[in-house]
Amino acid sequence: MDTLVAKAGGWLALTLLALVMAALAVDAPFAVHMLIVALASFMALWATLMRADYQRIARGLLRMPGNEGVYDDDPIRWGVLATLFWGVAGMAAGLYIALQLAFPALNLGFEYTTFGRLRPLHTSAVIFAFGGNALIATSFYVVQRTCRARLAFPTLARFVFWGYQLFIVLAATGYLMGVTEAKEYAEPEWYVDLWLTIVWVAYLVVFAGTIVKRREPHIYVANWFYLSFILTIAMLHLVNNLSMPASLFGSKSYAAFAGVQDALTQWWYGHNAVGFFLTAGFLAMMYYFVPKQAERPVYSYRLSIIHFWSLIFLYIWAGPHHLHYTALPDWAQTLGMVFSVMLWMPSWGGMINGLMTLNGAWDKIRTDPIIRMMVMALAFYGMSTFEGPMMSIKWVNSMSHYTDWTIGHVHSGALGWNGMITFACVYYLVPRLWGRERLYSLRMVNWHFWLATVGIVFYAASMWVAGIMQGLMWREYGADGYLVYSFAESVAAMHPMYLIRAAGGAMYLAGFLIMIVNVWATLGAKVRAEKPMTETPYNAAADRPLAPVPAE
Amino acid sequence: MTYDDLRHFADSWGLVVMAVVFLILIAWPLRGSARQRNRDAANMIFRDDEHG
Repeated sequence: MDTLVAKAGGWLALTLLALVMAALAVDAPFAVHMLIVALASFMALWATLMRADYQRIARGLLRMPGNEGVYDDDPIRWGVLATLFWGVAGMAAGLYIALQLAFPALNLGFEYTTFGRLRPLHTSAVIFAFGGNALIATSFYVVQRTCRARLAFPTLARFVFWGYQLFIVLAATGYLMGVTEAKEYAEPEWYVDLWLTIVWVAYLVVFAGTIVKRREPHIYVANWFYLSFILTIAMLHLVNNLSMPASLFGSKSYAAFAGVQDALTQWWYGHNAVGFFLTAGFLAMMYYFVPKQAERPVYSYRLSIIHFWSLIFLYIWAGPHHLHYTALPDWAQTLGMVFSVMLWMPSWGGMINGLMTLNGAWDKIRTDPIIRMMVMALAFYGMSTFEGPMMSIKWVNSMSHYTDWTIGHVHSGALGWNGMITFACVYYLVPRLWGRERLYSLRMVNWHFWLATVGIVFYAASMWVAGIMQGLMWREYGADGYLVYSFAESVAAMHPMYLIRAAGGAMYLAGFLIMIVNVWATLGAKVRAEKPMTETPYNAAADRPLAPVPAE
Repeated sequence: MTYDDLRHFADSWGLVVMAVVFLILIAWPLRGSARQRNRDAANMIFRDDEHG
């Protein structure tokens, strides 16, 4: 009873503290955020009181520990549902801002719906909310299965899930209200950064704690990737967000670094967010779920370890390629370029390792749409890790930088690699987590696959054309030394490409909505009556011995 | 220690140490005695699996 009172009192104190902060706020967005925090801690207080086992407390019994004989899958189920929810929100926001670029009237003349505020909402929602929830959910699933141990610190694991959702809500509402540190992928302000630090340390404790209590002597390679993702993101987040708040009751802070140092710190963070959040974390998913779905071990375990150490040692230096031809020292730019080009090798080693896992079972691409998604994800991992090093070469970058080619590159990686591997993992997990015989429909997975694939092709191809066109128009000089095109002319020339891009994005979102219907029906234990993906060709009439033909 | 000292340490001894550590880590799984270990590790995720 005492611990219950202490817990509830703690949540109540936090609620009151947040309300006091809201009352003392020096700007409106900070007050709104503190009210959200107050609401969240009040909900935690309510849950603490309503879910307590009063009968057990009344009888003075100690709390029963979780059953060590089963895996702790509740936070994983929530994580899968959160992945789907934030995925719709983030992708719909992306489609909307894609249409804004084609039809500026869609800005609605309203500060909250301008491109500048919705764009960070879109990027953070798809990367950190959709991708982050997928990473947390799959990491908890994989670490338990490969360590053969129940999740360590179950209460803390639940805190990680709900704390991360609060981080997402604070970040997203902040962008809409114009609260930003103006650092790409690190936009949340100082108090949201502090909250994420707490949640992230809790995540590390749960993950590492489960590895420590493992029943298997070997730590499977997927866990290496997950652990490097968690540790590196912690380091990047702490350094890049070093800042001094202007007021303890306000939503404005100033970065610890200035000028080119700030830019380099930001892109050291930014590129390693790509390297360790969107690559290492998702490769961890690949190294567990691709072999499981293909029902054969990874092609080369040795190669997976070489892949791991090469990514760790090379990625961390690649950030300066975001700052070619800026005030950054030339040697640093060249360093970033050289390491980016070297990264091509481990990336393709990893892609080959994943694809060759299917060696001897290539027919599964035809019969299993989930394998098909995984193969397409790996193909896009390979394509975008070829395109990236190429674009980091200074000569290429002098044309591609600041153009929509960069946007196309990011999306072939994000939609093709991160999106597709996440979809495949969700399709793998849903029937298993909810104890269903199979997915509601495999044919719908197939529809999702084709809509997503064709959507990415429209997206990437239109952005290649748009980017190269922009780059060439911006640098076109006439005979008398003047620029041939004004900036507005290059924007007008982009209109058809923007429409094609929005169409590609709409197809990708449509495939995602099909996935939601499919998962929803699977949760309802429905099974769609449909033609199977493969048939057994059999002709009874032909399946007989040749009759002896009488001689004539 | 000034920035200049750090900078020169990084492009001399620091670089050598990093390169050597990297090469050892890369070479480690390639040694012959690791063959069986690697095979066991790769197949570990299939051992008495309740989910099939």
